[in-house]
Amino acid sequence: MSELTLTLLRLGYLALLWILVLSVVGVLRSDLFGTRVTRRPAPGTPGRGIPAPAPPRGRDTEDRKTPRTLVVTEGSLKGTSLALGQAAILIGRAPECTLVLEDDYSSNRHARLFLDAGTWLVEDLGSTNGTYLGRSKVESPTPVDIGTPVRVGRTVLELRR
Amino acid sequence: MAVVTAVETRPRRNVELVLLVVSLGIAVGAYVLVGIAAEGRVEANWTWVGGGLAVLVLGVHAVLRVVAPYADPVILPITTAINGLGLVVIHRLDIAEETNLATRQLLWTAIGVGAAVAVLWLVRDHRILARYTWTAALLGFGLLLLPLLPFIGRNIRGARIWIGLGPLSFQPGEIAKILLALFFAGYLVTARDSLALVGRRFLGLQLPRARDLGPILVAWVLSLGVLVFERDLGTSLLFFGLFVAVLYVATERTSWIVIGMSLFVAGAVLAWRIFSHVQRRVDIWLHPFEPGTFENAFQVVQGLYGMASGGLLGTGLGEGRPDIIPFAESDFIFTAIGEELGLTGIFALLLLYLILVERGLRTAIGARDGFGKLLAAGLSFTIALQCFVVAGGVTRVIPLTGLVMPFLAYGGSSLLSNWIVVAILLRISDAARRPAPAEVTG
Repeated sequence: MSELTLTLLRLGYLALLWILVLSVVGVLRSDLFGTRVTRRPAPGTPGRGIPAPAPPRGRDTEDRKTPRTLVVTEGSLKGTSLALGQAAILIGRAPECTLVLEDDYSSNRHARLFLDAGTWLVEDLGSTNGTYLGRSKVESPTPVDIGTPVRVGRTVLELRR
Repeated sequence: MAVVTAVETRPRRNVELVLLVVSLGIAVGAYVLVGIAAEGRVEANWTWVGGGLAVLVLGVHAVLRVVAPYADPVILPITTAINGLGLVVIHRLDIAEETNLATRQLLWTAIGVGAAVAVLWLVRDHRILARYTWTAALLGFGLLLLPLLPFIGRNIRGARIWIGLGPLSFQPGEIAKILLALFFAGYLVTARDSLALVGRRFLGLQLPRARDLGPILVAWVLSLGVLVFERDLGTSLLFFGLFVAVLYVATERTSWIVIGMSLFVAGAVLAWRIFSHVQRRVDIWLHPFEPGTFENAFQVVQGLYGMASGGLLGTGLGEGRPDIIPFAESDFIFTAIGEELGLTGIFALLLLYLILVERGLRTAIGARDGFGKLLAAGLSFTIALQCFVVAGGVTRVIPLTGLVMPFLAYGGSSLLSNWIVVAILLRISDAARRPAPAEVTG
């Protein structure tokens, strides 16, 4: 085999090595998983702006429809929203929580929001400072209406449509 | 002000299949080139070697499709490429030295792949491994001390890290590495609060209480014990580094790194003052070309000359003389590749390792449970530390130690344990990337 062929084979092999490296990098570029955090569009954009915090309301059956999002209205995460699906939402300081709070007044696993027969319920998981729905302390799983503030430590959450 | 949404994930097994074909092409291409260089023609049995490797890794791929469809798509192709390239370089050294190590290495690859498939098949959820935290500790420390026992312990080249049964020899420390990573993850996920939150702040560092120093001191004494009684610098470094890394990931406190590094430096200086084998390593590191140490430093010096003669593009596979270096197939396979594939090839190889480690750490970030996070981070860190210690050792950045490049170097125990590591990483990444968790657990 000629010297030229050997050199071409040698350089071709190095090229093959880099083809693998670059195609792996290409795969990584399109390979995202986990959660994506995007900035909220500027206020005024229809439907996506931050509405003023709704005043606490009692049980208002007319207003009850399926909530779509969970919005943080007070606390260090103010403005953050989470899409609601079928899965339960664990709230607390522990990293495995769905909503991880940086709030010294909340417990590691503070409260849980879960869906039961089409209704979202809030349950306190034995937290130190308690969970409040409106003004009353949550003692047992209680249905949460849209717009009712749920207080966890210094953080206030509410369900939005 | 942010909106948190879940990203749609796809299984991406087809992407993995395409990348696997390229990886197998790298192994087969190297084999063909070595054949041309050695005998002037393509070796007749290339279909057998390439086919054997292909059957093994496509088997893993098929198992992934069934039991871990969402696993990371680049981990297996990268592992395959490195393992295949290592096999061919060992085969190339076999031709030069008239040995037959490549067949054994292929056999160990098969055993390693078998173990990886078994782990993927049996461990359907990595969280069940957390139940065996203390069992893993007991077994891990037991395996670590096994070579010190009379009769089965073997002293090879000055290090007492092998056990031998008849003609078979094995390094139990390699398996102990995985068990201890399991133990550190399981232990620190429960103990991290007291290690992270309690203590006084001093000069911007959160100092732990005296009694919380216990675990790190035990790890330090144990790794020093390995250094003293088994005379193995590499294993000792690996265990202590692993512990400090997992501790740091668990607590997010820089103070543990500072404490760990100071303990390490103190231990290293102590070992250097007391032990002649450590002094010899340091002399080789600092003065390899001086007349007094040149005899001992022959391996390092020859490796440096090899890499220098390789230059930017390398001599070509099979065209260099890496066989001059003693133990080129294990400790110095890095310089053999540097000589024959040049800086271009070595950088591609290092990038593959870098991406492998990055995928492991990305898995740790994505994992939903603390135990999985710490385990993935710890196992990825062991791969990274081994690469650093070997590449640093042969290029004289740090003293040479007894570790080997994962997947690349000749050695059954290391190959077996690294395939198990990859299987665990694939398992955790499957859990991390799966779109909807069955339930929120905590």
